[in-house]
Amino acid sequence: MLDASEGYTTADGRKIGGPVMEMKNITLRFGGVKAITDISFDIREGEIRAIIGPNGAGKSSMLNVISGFYVPQEGEVWFRGAKRAPMKPYEVARQGIARTFQNIALFEGMSVLDNVMTGRLTHMTSGIFAQAIWKGKAEAEETANREIAEKVIDFLEIQHIRKTPVARLPYGLKKRVELARALAAEPKLLLLDEPMAGMNVEEKEDMSRFILDVNDEFGTTIALIEHDMGVVMDLSDRVVVMDYGKKIGDGTPDEVRTNQDVIDAYLGVAHD
Amino acid sequence: MLYREAGDFNTSYPQDSQTFPIRFDRYRYYVVLAFAFLVVPFLINDYWANAILLPFLIYAIAAIGLNILTGYCGQVSLGTGGFMAVGAYACYKLMTAMPEVSMFVHVILAGGITALVGVLFGLPSLRIKGFYLAVATLAAQFFLVWLFNRVPWFYNYSASGQINAPERDTFGILITGPNAPAWATYLFCLIFLAASALIARNLTRGTMGRSWMAIRDMDIAAEIIGVNPLRAKLSAFAVSSFFVGISGALFFSVYLGAVEVGEAFGINKSFLVLFMVIIGGLGSIFGSFAGAAFLVLLPVALKVVGVDMMGWPTDIVAHFQLVIVGALIVLFLIVEPHGLAQLWRLAKEKLRLWPFPH
Repeated sequence: MLDASEGYTTADGRKIGGPVMEMKNITLRFGGVKAITDISFDIREGEIRAIIGPNGAGKSSMLNVISGFYVPQEGEVWFRGAKRAPMKPYEVARQGIARTFQNIALFEGMSVLDNVMTGRLTHMTSGIFAQAIWKGKAEAEETANREIAEKVIDFLEIQHIRKTPVARLPYGLKKRVELARALAAEPKLLLLDEPMAGMNVEEKEDMSRFILDVNDEFGTTIALIEHDMGVVMDLSDRVVVMDYGKKIGDGTPDEVRTNQDVIDAYLGVAHD
Repeated sequence: MLYREAGDFNTSYPQDSQTFPIRFDRYRYYVVLAFAFLVVPFLINDYWANAILLPFLIYAIAAIGLNILTGYCGQVSLGTGGFMAVGAYACYKLMTAMPEVSMFVHVILAGGITALVGVLFGLPSLRIKGFYLAVATLAAQFFLVWLFNRVPWFYNYSASGQINAPERDTFGILITGPNAPAWATYLFCLIFLAASALIARNLTRGTMGRSWMAIRDMDIAAEIIGVNPLRAKLSAFAVSSFFVGISGALFFSVYLGAVEVGEAFGINKSFLVLFMVIIGGLGSIFGSFAGAAFLVLLPVALKVVGVDMMGWPTDIVAHFQLVIVGALIVLFLIVEPHGLAQLWRLAKEKLRLWPFPH
């Protein structure tokens, strides 16, 4: 286990900074059901952090706590060195946390470009009257943000479908567009909920490469949930393992792989 | 072979995001504008103005308004008639209270007042959506009509309970009242329609429009990426009601001249505008024009064909109209939910490759 305050250097030589996000003793209940019990972990600046666990372990609930959908009954959420008061999801987005969804949540009626541009919404501030006449700040802002959106489109290699309505795209591309929309926000923390779900090997390789490139080029801190262990072990710097709402392991992929509790959770324990 | 998209390259983002990125479309737009503003006023007569052009212009504004709310932001509204009534009565009160002020100011102010009322009745949309919101806006429709019937202050305590548009001018040209010339009323409405369409287009292609469409397509995801649902929904209600209010004000002051609220702005009006939006195309400014034109022209065309050419009785033709509109609504909902605008897009796509589709 690592010391909470200082950074570390990964095996491939990347410098990881201090904590961006800290979850302290989070407990989340739905009525009598405890979805998350007393979990603490942190996400460091510049790292790829994976959250894994069997089905129903509470991984997605954890992500929903981070993105403001659920307010935990106990515990504190610290973001960039300050305790975060309970806030609405759109306020969380404005703080610089973007995410993708397990089931694609794109705006089907809009083009790819418009979808990516919605990712820039948090950066656009022109008033309704400026927008109504499309002059001055509204126009300048539109162009400036379009440039950033185009950079993301370029980066994720989806230029050819820029003007296509999202509803017409195949599954793999939709996943990529969703990543583009989250990236366009230039987030300080990017949450990916099963980015590889339902993909074939080739698409998984593409997606893994994009995730690594995003982390590498933009230095984006990434937290991801994934079921494909090969992907998780290859991509992530540190892994949190959850089971039945409790944290049963935390550390580098190698540490987690040899952790007896984790092996038990995944493979089952002999009862005698 | 005049219309071609090839060879038309946009080299900057402002060029790419303009309303008509294709040069030919742009020129056609200018030609239509020039024709509407410079040629039609010289050709117009009272029949054309009152039977076709004025209703088309006014309903197109209302359809644009409803399209912003329902087509772009996904909030179903059955209160359009009620909001048009707010525009009409606001305009009436302003006209009688400040006779010397220009009609332009009255109509815009009436739109502003309707926007405020729209926001008020849009508040339930923060909690309920879909079918239930439609019922809530239906309540607005009935409440507003009841209000204008029951509170004498709104109709200046007139004995009949009606409101009558007094003669008002702008820049010395008579706009309202029976003596207003056809070309003046036409131009007055046309200016408002052109401005409404332009504003609606600018709003829907920018930040505001994208946050509306995000709420329409998936409200949870919209909130996650930073759309404030309260602001997005209420701004859609405000902008929509602004346009609907303007159309109500014009409908009363310029077109009808005298209004009995239950008759002119009843639930039928709400449905008529909703049908225009559905037939024309949800989420399309062009669709609002197409839908308004279609439903304004249909009765006229039927009358010309049925009564004048075939010699059928008027009432049968009127009933035919109801049947046809009803059948069309069902047909459009099943076959092409995105309406005439989508048919137009599809036709263009087909023609682009014609005669070699592969």
